[in-house]
Amino acid sequence: MALNLGPQHPSTHGVLRLMAELDGEIIVKADCEIGYLHTGIEKECEQKLYQQVVTCTDRVDYLAPLSNNLCYCLAVERLLGLEIPPRAQWMRVLLTELTRLNSHLVWLGTHALDVGAMSVFLYCFREREDILRIFEMFSGQRMMTSYFRIGGLALEASRGWQQAVKRFIDAFPGHVDEYEDLLTENPIWLKRTKGVGWMSLADLLDYGVTGPMLRAAGLAWDLRKAEPYTSYEKFEFEIPTRTEGDVYARYQVRLEEMRQSTRIVRQALEGMPSGPWKADAPKVVLPDREKMKTEMEALSHHFKIVTEGFRVPPGEVYQVIESPRGELGYYVVSDGSAKPWRVHIHGPSFGNLQAAPKMIEGRIIADTIAVLGSMDFVLGDTDR
Amino acid sequence: MLPDNLKENPVAAAVEGELSAAMLDGRFEHGELTLEIAPAEIVRVCRLLKQRQQFERLSGVTAVDRYPAEPRFEVVYHLHSVGKNQRVRLKCRLGGEAPEIDSVTGVWRGADWYEREVYDLFGVVFRGHPNLRRILMPDNWVGHPLRKDYPVHGYKYSYAEPES
Repeated sequence: MALNLGPQHPSTHGVLRLMAELDGEIIVKADCEIGYLHTGIEKECEQKLYQQVVTCTDRVDYLAPLSNNLCYCLAVERLLGLEIPPRAQWMRVLLTELTRLNSHLVWLGTHALDVGAMSVFLYCFREREDILRIFEMFSGQRMMTSYFRIGGLALEASRGWQQAVKRFIDAFPGHVDEYEDLLTENPIWLKRTKGVGWMSLADLLDYGVTGPMLRAAGLAWDLRKAEPYTSYEKFEFEIPTRTEGDVYARYQVRLEEMRQSTRIVRQALEGMPSGPWKADAPKVVLPDREKMKTEMEALSHHFKIVTEGFRVPPGEVYQVIESPRGELGYYVVSDGSAKPWRVHIHGPSFGNLQAAPKMIEGRIIADTIAVLGSMDFVLGDTDR
Repeated sequence: MLPDNLKENPVAAAVEGELSAAMLDGRFEHGELTLEIAPAEIVRVCRLLKQRQQFERLSGVTAVDRYPAEPRFEVVYHLHSVGKNQRVRLKCRLGGEAPEIDSVTGVWRGADWYEREVYDLFGVVFRGHPNLRRILMPDNWVGHPLRKDYPVHGYKYSYAEPES
C-alpha cells in the first residue's frame, strides 16, 4: 500500500511530504518531498542591501532566529574585516544560547507530543514563554528579533534584562529535571525510542548529517569548540555525546545540551564586559540616535547607510556556526557593491533530511514519527 | 597552476601533485582555501581529497551565477575534514546554454539533494546523478529561478487562475 504523510500533518514538523510504500505495517520504501515552504529567500537577499538581509535571515530557521542572524552577520563582518567589541560578542553568546534553549524546548515538546506524551509539550512551552519575553525585552519582538546587526547589536539592552535572565536561568535546571522525571525512565518512552532510528556514523557523515545526530552516534564534534566564533573559546562547557545513535540517545544529547547552554548563559551573565555594543565603523554601523540628532557627520552617515548602504569589498566567505540543528553555514559572495551578489544558506535540516528515507525504511510507521521528531528539522531551513 | 603563496599548503599541493592538469587556480582569503578545478576532473579531485586528505564530509554543493560574465556558472563544493578540522572550497566554471558537469554522488551520497537543488535553481545538469529532478520548485516549473536573468517576481502575476 502507498501511504502519503502529506504536507499537512501535525507530526511532520512543517510541510514535509513523506511517501511510503507499506508491506503491512513495515515501510518498504520511503521518499521525501520538500519545497512546500520555498519562498525564494536566497533570491530576495540578492535584491536587498546588506543590512536589510538580516531581517530575511530570521525567517530561515524560524525556531532559532538569532542563530541565523548571527551567522549572516559574522560572514559579512569577516568580509568587511570589522572588529566587534567584547560586550557585543558576549551578548551574542548569551542570546544565541537562549535561542538554543528555545529551539530545544520546541523540539522536546513537539517530539514528545508526537510520541504520545502530551503534557511535556505544555511544560516546555511554559518555559519557552519566559525566553520569548526576554527576547521581547531586548528587541521588541518575540521571535523574529533581528537583534544582531552587522557590527554588533541593534539596540542597547533595556534596563532590567539581567534580573529577567537571572530569574530564568536560576529556575531552568529544575525544569529540565522535571522533563527528565517525565520521560527518561518512562517505560513507554523507552520502548518507543530505544533502538529506533539507528544509522551508522559513517553513513550519517556520508549523507551530510550534522549536529546532535552525529553527537548521539559518538562523534564529539561541535563547531563552538572546533571553529569557535564570537568569543565561544572563552566559555567553559562540555559537548555531550552518546554512542548508541538511536532516538533515545539523541534525546539524551539534546537534554544535556540544554544543561550546558544554561551553564554558558550563566557565565555570560556573570562575566558580561562593559563597553560599546557596536563596532567603531561609522560608514557601516548606524550612529547612536542622540548623536544623529545633534552631529552633522552622524546624520550624514545615518542617511548614507540607510539609503545607499555600505560597500563590501569583493570576495566570498563561508561562515559556519553550530545552530541547534547542526552546521548552519552562510556562503556570502560579494562583488564590491552594496548588495550581496549571492547568499547561499546551508541549512542543517537539508542535510539531515536527506538521511530520513534510509533511516525509516524497514521499520514500522510508528517508528517513523519518533525518528522524524528526533531529527529536529525545520522546513524553513530546508526549503528557504 | 598553483600560485606561489599556496605551494606550501598541503591540501593544494596534494591536488597539484597528483592531478596538476585539474588545478586551474587557487586563493587563500579570509582564512579559507579556494581551489579552481577543471570541470572534467571534479570527480577525481573529490575522490582524491576524500580518500587521501580525509575530507570525509561534503558540506554542500551550490552555484553562483556570474551573468553576464562567461563562463557563466560557478559550481561550488564545500568540503570538510572533521579529523583535521579543515575546510576547502572547490570551484568549477561552466558556461554555455546547457551547462553540464559530472555528479559527485559516487563520492558522497549526501551530494544528492544539493545537486538537485543546483539543477532546479540554476539549470546545471549533473551527469550520472541517480535522481536528477526538481526539488524545491514544483515539478512542472519552467525556468531556473536563481539565474540572474530570471526576474525576482517570476513571469506570472498570479498562479491562481487555471491555464486557458
